[in-house]
Amino acid sequence: MSSLGFFLIAIFTLAAGLAAATMPKLIHAALCFALTFVGVAAFYFLLGAEFVGLVQVFVYVGAVAVLIVFTILLTPRDAEKDRSFKWSGAWIALVVFGGLLWAILKTPRLGTAAPVISALSVRQIGKILMTDYVWPLQCVGVLLTAALIGALVLVMEEKR
Amino acid sequence: MTPTLQLFLIISAALFCIGLLAALSRRHAIFILIGIEMMLAAAGLNFIAFWRFGPQPAPPTGVMITIFAIAIAAAEAAVGLALVIAVYRHYRTTNVDQIDQLKG
Repeated sequence: MSSLGFFLIAIFTLAAGLAAATMPKLIHAALCFALTFVGVAAFYFLLGAEFVGLVQVFVYVGAVAVLIVFTILLTPRDAEKDRSFKWSGAWIALVVFGGLLWAILKTPRLGTAAPVISALSVRQIGKILMTDYVWPLQCVGVLLTAALIGALVLVMEEKR
Repeated sequence: MTPTLQLFLIISAALFCIGLLAALSRRHAIFILIGIEMMLAAAGLNFIAFWRFGPQPAPPTGVMITIFAIAIAAAEAAVGLALVIAVYRHYRTTNVDQIDQLKG
């Protein structure tokens, strides 16, 4: 695992995330949001979970970001003038980060290097999904169907 | 210096807090959804990091949980954005401070 790549990806991801959280224009924030998820997918690649990285790019950059852009286009009235920023939220986030950082730094034995692993192939993932995780897979299928039908019902025009 | 588990945990904690910042300090409903998605991604990053740095060989439980978390996050985003559109139709605003009635 290369450290230069790690730090580059870390800076890229966090900068894009901060931009997504603080940009005044919603459409810019949505594009920065997509960049953040490209960075997270790069972390997955770095960690040897290539399949999850690809899924992340397909689902977030390909689907969720486009969905967000469409929602921005469908709700035009006050999309451009959201410049209100509550500093109390920033303080809470900083305090939470401080707490998490303290807990991480206090935990012993986190500084070991990664063990060598054999690559996790898509075939292996497919086998496990179809054997050990077949019930969760079915449940997620039902959940996705129900969620998408629910979303359609929610946005359908009411006929009076 | 190679990246250690500690560094990955710090990065994902930072990503989580950026999501928290977006969810708490912005008043636009879509920003809040973006923040929630970032917090979910930080949790997924933690799962993968713990799987990668754990004792090997291990079954890829972290990978599986992250795949399911991504699927559930996609469902959540779809329903959340549909809610934003439905609320916008009713109130003509997406500012969560102005949506303060249960009975519209």
